[in-house]
Amino acid sequence: MGMDFTFSEDQHTFVDAVRGMLTSEVTPDRIRARWENDTGIDGALLEQIADLGVMGMLVPETLGGLGLGPTDFVMLAQAAGEVALPEPVVEQAAVVGPLLTDILERGLGGESIQSRLDDLVGGKISTAVAHPINPFVNFADQADWLLVGRGEDVCLVSRDQIELRPQASVDPSRRIAEVDVNVDDAASLATGDVGADLWRRTLNRGALNSAAQLLGLAEAMVNQSVRYTSDRSQFGRAIGVNQAVKHLLADVAVQIEYAKPVIYRAAYTVEVSPSRADFAVSHAKVAASRAALMAARHCIQVHGAMGYTWECDLQIWVKRAWALGREWGDEGFHKNRIHEWLLQPNALLGPEFTFGRRSLADTVAA
Amino acid sequence: MDLRYSDSQQAFRAEVRAWLSEHVPANSLPSFDTEEGFEAHRDWERTLAEGNWGMVTWPEAYGGRGCDLIEWLIFEEEYYRAGAPLRVNQNGIFLLGPTLMEYGTEEQKARFIPAMASGDEIWAQAWSEPNAGSDMAAIRCRATRDGDDYIINGQKIWSTRAVYADWGFGLFRTDPESERHHGLSKILVPLTAEGVTVRPIRQLNGLPGFAEIFFDDVRVPSFNVLGGEGEGWRIAMATAGFERGLMLRSPARFQQAAKRLVSLYRERAGELLDPSVEDAVLRCHMDAEAYALSTYQTASKLVAGGSIGPEASCNKIFWSELDLLIHETAMKLLGARGELEPSNAAQVAELGTWLDGFMFAQSGPIYAGTNEIQRNIIAERMLGMPRK
Repeated sequence: MGMDFTFSEDQHTFVDAVRGMLTSEVTPDRIRARWENDTGIDGALLEQIADLGVMGMLVPETLGGLGLGPTDFVMLAQAAGEVALPEPVVEQAAVVGPLLTDILERGLGGESIQSRLDDLVGGKISTAVAHPINPFVNFADQADWLLVGRGEDVCLVSRDQIELRPQASVDPSRRIAEVDVNVDDAASLATGDVGADLWRRTLNRGALNSAAQLLGLAEAMVNQSVRYTSDRSQFGRAIGVNQAVKHLLADVAVQIEYAKPVIYRAAYTVEVSPSRADFAVSHAKVAASRAALMAARHCIQVHGAMGYTWECDLQIWVKRAWALGREWGDEGFHKNRIHEWLLQPNALLGPEFTFGRRSLADTVAA
Repeated sequence: MDLRYSDSQQAFRAEVRAWLSEHVPANSLPSFDTEEGFEAHRDWERTLAEGNWGMVTWPEAYGGRGCDLIEWLIFEEEYYRAGAPLRVNQNGIFLLGPTLMEYGTEEQKARFIPAMASGDEIWAQAWSEPNAGSDMAAIRCRATRDGDDYIINGQKIWSTRAVYADWGFGLFRTDPESERHHGLSKILVPLTAEGVTVRPIRQLNGLPGFAEIFFDDVRVPSFNVLGGEGEGWRIAMATAGFERGLMLRSPARFQQAAKRLVSLYRERAGELLDPSVEDAVLRCHMDAEAYALSTYQTASKLVAGGSIGPEASCNKIFWSELDLLIHETAMKLLGARGELEPSNAAQVAELGTWLDGFMFAQSGPIYAGTNEIQRNIIAERMLGMPRK
């Protein structure tokens, strides 16, 4: 078989089904309605998503999930970005679930961890992750349990050990909070190198899935802008006829096109080697942020004054991009990881190493 | 999705690597835009052809190896890794060759492909005219039917490699009553034919990399029409597709350049650098990787039976701007000494070919359809924005 950088029919079919459901259920009006409700969450929608098997996709079958991998999930995260899904489905399914799984598979947790996982697979947000890289936890107020760091340790703390200080995000769909935990009292599930490895995998999963959502956000912003510039007329013709307008959107299309395979390679790398995926993941986060932030800027611009209003739905996607670009490591963090890697004398650079040493047999080792 | 090479792909890589390490000239050849360099590069094409490495994707019957696009990428990776010479016949093998394979008759393939593969016939492009640049449908150069022949009159310009090449291919107006993209035919013309005058044009680097071609009652047989009279536009679009698409600039070229840039940056990292350099080096590395990944993705899709979509128009913008950034960044790293035209061995060792590459990079966003035209194509055909 050999090198094959395509998704399977099954993968496409599944994401198309989920995308279809999301597109009809997650509309700008309903997102705006969530801004006014207490939790910011549509519980019925979460159940619907869980019924499709999305929440437990990355949980092994032996632990109650579907046993699929990040390459199966990455286009779903993208689809969640396309509709600017407010619910933390991607983070629950692709970050929290896999971390709970890691803990169970290493024999570090028992029944209480399994029941956290059962909740998650069923569509109930009962656990949140407070990774040291993130100053805020999204929807922490929904969680009864928190996985939190103490140095390299991974600790599970219950609601009564947590103090939340809600903060206002630029994105009204996000319900973020600073989390204070008395970690001195918490029992460690993992310590030392094991804990550090769990945090590193978690960071890579978080950044990968932020990147995939950013990609979907960028695509959606361009699509809305194509519609707007085709409908809006000035000087007796659609404004989208003008090259100055066309080129703003074409520039975004190019960035999107070249972020895609970078994100898909990162998904593959996280799948086969989550502890050694730093380089691929950081590239994905930087490329996706670049595309999404350019989309936000250029798409506001082509909407003219409408783009600067609260009324214009574009803001839903723009503000999510502004927020997700910062979560799970901002641009500076990820560029520094790549920079560090590039300066290593033994970094694998050059045309034969596109897919790393793992892709090459010993017969052609460098 | 499986991002590992198979055993046979690995074996192929090893075979390519072994052959190249034995055959690639130890010293780099003079530029193929000099007479001496052109012949040296022709010899290299012959060497490649003797090993059946001239164009690995072609069928064995035509001197190729019947490779798929993934193997082609592997070949290219090894080719650039080995620092092998640039392909003087790239207009032929990468642009005309695939079109001949698709639209040529068996007789035409037999006539032209082996000589192209062997380096005996080197090809120039002859698309543009003084008043048909970005607007290629404005072509006026006439080919008038006369019995079994066509008689060509008119002028072409910006014809890459035409100064020393043996043959040219381009679009000619075969229907004198026609307008725009109707009535054009793709014709192959020997540049040695009576009535052909080639006037070299010096490029930014001082060398005659392209030329004007004047046709004064040039007689070519109708055998030289590719794909049928009046089919020129459709076929040219296919050629433009290959050019913008996969083959003109293989990703390995930029990955190798980005690798050299990182080395240069490592050497200079302790010095006082323009603060923008670090970010640019990172971006060059990332974008070279992204271009490779995208090409692997497209190649995988094609190997699996899919087709290239309008998103391929993004390629040209991406690689040409990447090439500029790589060379602009290298020039920043060279600082004040970047002004020097290397004129002795020590300077060549110190400054490499960055200045040369920097000058050539200026042309990337212009040739094969300017990037402004590409952005129009992306906006209209890929995004569906209104034309008028």
